[in-house]
Amino acid sequence: MSKDRIDVKKTYKLFINGAFPRSESGRSYPIYRKGSKVLLAQPAQASRKDLRDAVRAAREARLKWQSATAYNRSQILYRIAEMMEGRRLQFVEEIMAQASLTKSVAEKEVSEAIDLWVWYAGWCDKVGQISGANNPINGPFYNFTSPEPIGVVGVFAESDSSLLGLVRAMAPALAGGNTVVVLASERYPLSAITLSEVIATSDVPAGVINILTGIRNELTPWLASHMEVDGLDISGEKSRRVEIRTLATENLKRVADFGSSTSPNRILALMDQKTIWHPIGI
Amino acid sequence: MAKVLRKVEMNQGRTSSSDLATDFGISDDRSLELFLKTLPGVDQVGVEARAAELATRSIKKESKSWAIDMAISMVDLTTLEGADTEGKVRSLCNKAHRPDPTDLGVPHVGAVCVYNDMVGIARSHLDAIGAKEIPVAAVSTAFPSGRASMEVKLRDTRDAIEAGASEIDMVIDRGAFLSGYYKSVFDEIVAIKKECGGRAHLKVILETGELVTYDNVRRASYLAMIAGADFIKTSTGKVTPAATAPVVLIMLQAVRDFFDRTGIQIGVKPAGGIRTSKDAIKQLVLVNEIAGPEWLNPRYFRIGASALLNDLLMQRMKMRDGYYASSNYVSVE
Repeated sequence: MSKDRIDVKKTYKLFINGAFPRSESGRSYPIYRKGSKVLLAQPAQASRKDLRDAVRAAREARLKWQSATAYNRSQILYRIAEMMEGRRLQFVEEIMAQASLTKSVAEKEVSEAIDLWVWYAGWCDKVGQISGANNPINGPFYNFTSPEPIGVVGVFAESDSSLLGLVRAMAPALAGGNTVVVLASERYPLSAITLSEVIATSDVPAGVINILTGIRNELTPWLASHMEVDGLDISGEKSRRVEIRTLATENLKRVADFGSSTSPNRILALMDQKTIWHPIGI
Repeated sequence: MAKVLRKVEMNQGRTSSSDLATDFGISDDRSLELFLKTLPGVDQVGVEARAAELATRSIKKESKSWAIDMAISMVDLTTLEGADTEGKVRSLCNKAHRPDPTDLGVPHVGAVCVYNDMVGIARSHLDAIGAKEIPVAAVSTAFPSGRASMEVKLRDTRDAIEAGASEIDMVIDRGAFLSGYYKSVFDEIVAIKKECGGRAHLKVILETGELVTYDNVRRASYLAMIAGADFIKTSTGKVTPAATAPVVLIMLQAVRDFFDRTGIQIGVKPAGGIRTSKDAIKQLVLVNEIAGPEWLNPRYFRIGASALLNDLLMQRMKMRDGYYASSNYVSVE
């Protein structure tokens, strides 16, 4: 390879409906290595119209993702882990570059992120077992309670983490059968886009996962107020939390807030408990 | 060719239509063919580029809010399914009258468009809910294919009018048109127009998706206008492509030129494939730029649609409330 070879640099774009568009606004913003002036990339700066498109895509993908069997969803989330393993090096390098971390710390973060997908993949067909019930009643009926996805969930990825905080926030919503619109970390968005490239090759139906990079302050109110968003996971958002909760009241969005914990309760927080009556003997 | 012509006398049409034909130098099938074939050809690349350019106009907030209300008042709210029921037609009428029951500031739509047998139900329900001003449009003349004898088509039209339709959407015989039997198509329109008399407006559906070329769209537009159409309509909605921007542009040019020459203002109705507010606003831009602001009026421009109305309502809610609306808050039908 010649020394004079020109670099082929990657364009970091949005991930909407299974495609990688630039922002419709044409904007991008600079990302620097933490604590320095080294320019790493110019990812797309999503506008509210990109957000609108992402929500539309998530809404249309709902039925497909919800009607897949829990077992199938589990396989697909596991597939994401498999694909990430193959791209491990790229994730490590991006985390090191963005957050100025050592290789061993970055490798640990990637491993934890992959393991987290596997862990939540396992939960897909088990949450129903631990939280569903056959309720005793006084009458000739069966009475079942089972958890069902709420629909479209807006996810705020943790802002001070490249990869792990992103996976921690989005995996539980997906495991429960919701489709998601994710606002990536504003300062560390590169891992989110690389993750979306993984997702695009992991049998996840188009529109189930949509990832937007950009300025949080611009996008937050539109996501929190959007009437077609059914729930929010604000665990990763440290600012404007009261405003988000206030905007979410208009259509009674479920708002989950778990900090950086990992728990099956995170899955259940974004599910509805549906109760069904069925006559005995029919 | 003359042998194939059906026995309908041209002069039975409205007096002005025969006068019009004379004005355009049309007296028989030869002169009609000559007239249509010598219309200037359409510059395909030019018309597509012009339509694409007009679609990029940015519309500012105040104009958008005006455009959305204008578009709502131009919608011919349509249901043309084999599975249509009386209940569905009634709820469609309710929606036509009060598109958003929570906001009485929303204008009513242009008309309700149904199959013939539903006309009576639509008319009586509209009257019952106090929406006498909303006309009922019927798709007649063996819609959508137009494959029936002339007697059947005339009877179909009369049926609809007697049941209360004040607008008739007729289809032309595309087979005859494409075979070059222009006079046959012309005479059919004249005959249906006569059946409508002063009782109903006549919209002539060209079904541009089957006319193959832009030249044919222009020819069919002139043919319909001279024969006495009050409106020219792009499509039945059963064929794709339907109301594409270049086709609408050509039809708008035709009505404008026809108006300049005769002083008669003909309406245009795109139908089929217009589903979003953005699509509808693009149509309004075309109307304003090509035909002129005189056509920005439900009397002269209608949009045949069903899903479009919900999108317009959602856009309207978004502009009113300041956040994105949900389809959970608009009715399904």
